[in-house]
Amino acid sequence: MAGGRQIRTIRGRISIYLLAFFFAVICGFPFLWATLTAFKQDPDLYSTGHNPFAFTMSPTLDNITTLFTNTPYLQFILNSVIIGLVATAITLVLSIPAAYALARLTGRWGIPVAIGIFVVYLVPPTLLFLPMSRIITVLGLQDSIWSLIVVYPGFTIPLSVWLLVGFFRSVPPDIEEQAQVDGYTRIGAMVRVVLPLITPGLFTVVVFSFTLTMQDFIYALAFVSSSSNMTISVGVPTNLVRGDVFFWQSLMASAIIVAVPIALVYNIFLRKFIQGFTLGAVKG
Amino acid sequence: MSAIETGSAAPITTQPGTRRKRRLRDRDGMLGSAMLLPAVAYLIFFVGYPLVLAIMYAFSNVTVGSSKFDFVGLQTFSTAIHDPNFPGVVAHTFIITGISQAIVIVLCTVLAFVLAADFHGKWFVRFLVLMPWTTPVALGAIIWLWMLDSIFTPFDWFAQHLGILGPGGHLNMLGHAGLATGSVIAVQAWRTLPLATVIVLAGLSSIPRDIEEQSEVDGAGFWRRLFGIQLPMLAPIILVALLFGIVFTFSDMAVVFILTGGGPGDATQVLASWAFYKGINGGNLSVGAADALFMFPVLLGLAAVVLTMASRRRGD
Repeated sequence: MAGGRQIRTIRGRISIYLLAFFFAVICGFPFLWATLTAFKQDPDLYSTGHNPFAFTMSPTLDNITTLFTNTPYLQFILNSVIIGLVATAITLVLSIPAAYALARLTGRWGIPVAIGIFVVYLVPPTLLFLPMSRIITVLGLQDSIWSLIVVYPGFTIPLSVWLLVGFFRSVPPDIEEQAQVDGYTRIGAMVRVVLPLITPGLFTVVVFSFTLTMQDFIYALAFVSSSSNMTISVGVPTNLVRGDVFFWQSLMASAIIVAVPIALVYNIFLRKFIQGFTLGAVKG
Repeated sequence: MSAIETGSAAPITTQPGTRRKRRLRDRDGMLGSAMLLPAVAYLIFFVGYPLVLAIMYAFSNVTVGSSKFDFVGLQTFSTAIHDPNFPGVVAHTFIITGISQAIVIVLCTVLAFVLAADFHGKWFVRFLVLMPWTTPVALGAIIWLWMLDSIFTPFDWFAQHLGILGPGGHLNMLGHAGLATGSVIAVQAWRTLPLATVIVLAGLSSIPRDIEEQSEVDGAGFWRRLFGIQLPMLAPIILVALLFGIVFTFSDMAVVFILTGGGPGDATQVLASWAFYKGINGGNLSVGAADALFMFPVLLGLAAVVLTMASRRRGD
């Protein structure tokens, strides 16, 4: 990343820039289109013949204002944030001890458990959502944000444990041994000495668990039916599409408003994520 | 005599040590189990148990409305398989996953090399590359739905200017079976590319720099270094990236659900979306569960690959 490879030849440099441009266009073009759309007035948007990338009428903020004043978009964001935060908190509480145990305490018999936990990550929500909707009903959580809060750790815990095992292993065991000599218990040493050392790792796990919960569509679609409890992923398509009428500008704005901040945070944490991934996956 | 004494003295002095060590290890093991238990219990209840239920559903006649639950053996599977759409649904699932991930595996490797290099504006390029991954799948699919609109798509304008379409002509991408399948493939490749790239980038950053520098000193050219050293060293991590991509694409229903609704006709229906239509919209939980369960052998196979890789690495 920073301090990447220096490309020395001219031909190499030109290829890097051409390829970077190519990938920026492939990945970014839909967002360019969405951003232009979000600021267009209806007559400008729904006309053909002219360059669709140009504004024939002055750009407007109405579509974005509508999103916040005439739809429960803020409520969707709030729901997604609450669900994401609580689910992430559950994830941390359960995966920190589990990952520490796998990194330090369990020795050889921990290996199959670690693999088992990772394999859980390969069981997709689309396979589980039908029986899960029954379980949610039995628990009395249907049409509540709690239904999503309790099911999301099912896929955030495996990823978090995997990343955290790597971060715990990167701390030399001598540090805890010294802390135990100084009178801390095992758990005391973990909480007071080791956790502060892996704070960047914890942040990474928080960021990735949180955003993973934002990705879900099928659980949110199957369990929640009233607008006031919907997440962004389900609330936006169900509330901004009325029958055959798509409020395209507001739809595009709703996507951009969510995607940009997350991408910024990801960009900042990417190096840590890569480090965690390398520790967990590559070194094993 | 003295030899015997020292011989017997040695075990006496070490015995308390090993015993304490063993006791410590037992205590670590106990503590370890106690710390693992909550996470494992949670996963058993919210993943293991529904998985078992899903399998039971598929052998029963359970529906959304009733609480009736009778085992009917393979009858549900037989109903699921004999649906005239079923062979197509399975075929679409494999075609969409196969082609999109074949594209991703090539692009992610190239992109990882690009992002590992130094160039101006890298921060912004990386930001754009991450966007498809950080946008919730459903919202990303909505952007594409608008971008592929039958009338207002910018691609029609491009095609008209390139002379592929006459003035006022429309591609109607989501209206034709082939183009609609291609569109789903494109969206799946687009949204899984960033994660695959990040994983390969992780692998690339773990290749010791001196190996590369040494080979450069030895006079190996770019392509020689790429195919002779870097790609073979990256192969295991590219496989990890591929596994993630396959799982996410194979089991996804959001892209199809939003972009095409499985259409035109049922030309883009995949197992995951089909299970939703049957199980939730159709109200037939057992047939939906059976349809979803057809994903299981493939996912089981992928899990087996992960296990083999893990045990091989331990063997090294």
